[in-house]
Amino acid sequence: MPRTLFDKVWDAHIVERLNDGTCLLYIDRHLVHEVTSPQAFEGLRAAGRKVRRPEGTIAVTDHNVPTSDRRNGIEEPESRLQVETLERNVVEFGVPYFPLLDARQGIVHIIGPEQGISLPGMTIVCGDSHTSTHGALGALAFGIGTSEVEHVLATQTLMQRPAKNMLVQVDGQLSRGVTAKDIVLAIIGRIGTAGGTGHVIEFAGEAIRALDMAGRLTVCNMAIEAGARAGMIAPDDTTFAYIKGRPYAPKGEAFDHAVEYWRTLASDEGAQYDKSVVLDAAEIVPMVTWGTSPEAVAPIDGVVPDPQDVADEAKRAAMQRMLQYMGLQPGQKLAGIPIDVVFIGSCTNARIEDIRAAAEIAQGRHVAQGVRALVVPGSGLVKLAAEAEGLDKILMDAGFEWREPGCSMCLGMNPDKLTPGQRCASTSNRNFEGRQGPGGRTHLLSPAMAAAAAIAGHLIDVRSHE
Amino acid sequence: MDAFTILTGISAPLPMANVDTDKIIPAQFLKTIKRSGLGVHLFAPLRYSENGEERADFVLNQEPYRNASILIAHENFGCGSSREHAPWALLDFGIRCVIAPDFADIFHNNCFKNGILPIRLPRELCDLLMEDARLGKNARLVVDLEKQVIMRPNGEEITFSIDPLRRKMLLEGLDEIGQTLGEMAAIEGFEARRKEELPWMPAIPLAQ
Repeated sequence: MPRTLFDKVWDAHIVERLNDGTCLLYIDRHLVHEVTSPQAFEGLRAAGRKVRRPEGTIAVTDHNVPTSDRRNGIEEPESRLQVETLERNVVEFGVPYFPLLDARQGIVHIIGPEQGISLPGMTIVCGDSHTSTHGALGALAFGIGTSEVEHVLATQTLMQRPAKNMLVQVDGQLSRGVTAKDIVLAIIGRIGTAGGTGHVIEFAGEAIRALDMAGRLTVCNMAIEAGARAGMIAPDDTTFAYIKGRPYAPKGEAFDHAVEYWRTLASDEGAQYDKSVVLDAAEIVPMVTWGTSPEAVAPIDGVVPDPQDVADEAKRAAMQRMLQYMGLQPGQKLAGIPIDVVFIGSCTNARIEDIRAAAEIAQGRHVAQGVRALVVPGSGLVKLAAEAEGLDKILMDAGFEWREPGCSMCLGMNPDKLTPGQRCASTSNRNFEGRQGPGGRTHLLSPAMAAAAAIAGHLIDVRSHE
Repeated sequence: MDAFTILTGISAPLPMANVDTDKIIPAQFLKTIKRSGLGVHLFAPLRYSENGEERADFVLNQEPYRNASILIAHENFGCGSSREHAPWALLDFGIRCVIAPDFADIFHNNCFKNGILPIRLPRELCDLLMEDARLGKNARLVVDLEKQVIMRPNGEEITFSIDPLRRKMLLEGLDEIGQTLGEMAAIEGFEARRKEELPWMPAIPLAQ
């Protein structure tokens, strides 16, 4: 029977299958960070258990860390305790770790692919929902809770119910100024934040094939915002070229054998999907969110929708609450909404390609008066690469702050936060109430759109910027 | 983990869709290295004003819902971040059961690991339970996991379905890790086969 990419990776990792279909699934890679692991290590300690396979595990700090100079350590006591707890745990349990001052430190979902730790055909988990990112390599990668983190640490497996298959096919070619971020925002706008619940989404079609790895990682990163368990893209020559030469990737003959295997992973002709959606890339324009759910998204040349147009009472009330929180009026044009802060970073958009896109817009221009604009590279290596290209200088000359790597303003766990009422154009993944700091207002968009907003001082169609 | 058998308690109405885990427990409270003590921060953005005072209009600040052990909500409850702090906060507050038309996958999973029963019911039935939950001190439900039945305040029964394996784990309060460690021979066998089939699969060295 023809199988999908997901079916193949799933089947290859079944240790045991129970009568009801639940499987004991083998986990190849476990990424660990400071926020969702302390209670898991504590559980191991209490039960006298060990980490079963340290060589399949990698730890790093990212959520709590400040993005300013870190040579004197972390000031905030609770954040420091969480980071120090991870540092103690990796020593006690013998887990590989990239320390804070190591150039390889960075956002866990940036460094996995960057180091060649995440590879096609693997099962990859992490106590973080954006683990879906790694699916861009053709891996089955998904977020888990802390109890499951403990389960993987102790056994290198998880008990899992199989997911259903969903195909999201994006045909045709993107127009100028439209990016991977716009594709995934358009998809979420179409299927909703629960559109993928219970499913693994395979992204396919000409427009997905044409994306570079950075773009594919952005798309799969936000599969979770569509409710999917994971997002996946079949590995191809783009994937193999990206992996070749990365520090932890197979080398020489081993690489060739790996590629031979990876080529067998693509979905078979005639494979069945439980659900499928087709989008035309040519119809996608730069997107921006107006509400407090990633599905509350519209084209930048559109307007804030009117709750009066919504028939369902609960949905209307939810939309009214969103507009009140966001401080927006129905019918208001999205282009022109003034912003206070611009955040370019996060596991969604902090790779070198994202920083290049921002620098291209910023070159020779200046951030609007009164706007604070941050650029936060996804890893120490992204930062070094950008500096080698002179992108830091372009951005700083234009008035952007050039920061140290970490999750930064994607979530309010470190000093980079919005204050109540501040409005932010952000390349991150969630616009939930208070996500970037209590009372903060988030508009999700692409790096180019964010940079253009920083220059203009308001949301703006990047296509009109040149 | 505490076993879940029969729960009798007050149900609280939370008629909102897409309640994300940032709303259940915001990021600033994730800096703990413990599982306990998060109940006071449960639903913080909805429950407290900016200066930290209780909002009188939020359901869990009202009697008898301060003692609720069941929550009735709308679609896609628990979406967003995978933080298990969300079920830990619910549990620490005293919530042992959440009833909604559907749940986000990771949150749904996390509930079972903590002795919380998430029940999926069609929207019409959730609406009935939402009305029941508005009955104040009479908003008392009985959730019987053994029989898979919810008894409404008027004595009517609603049956629900649940994955049999998960039901068993909850009823017996089983240690899942202990169970899996019992399968070590199968795990080792799998690892040996995989090493043979995919010899290129790299290990992450400790000393770099």
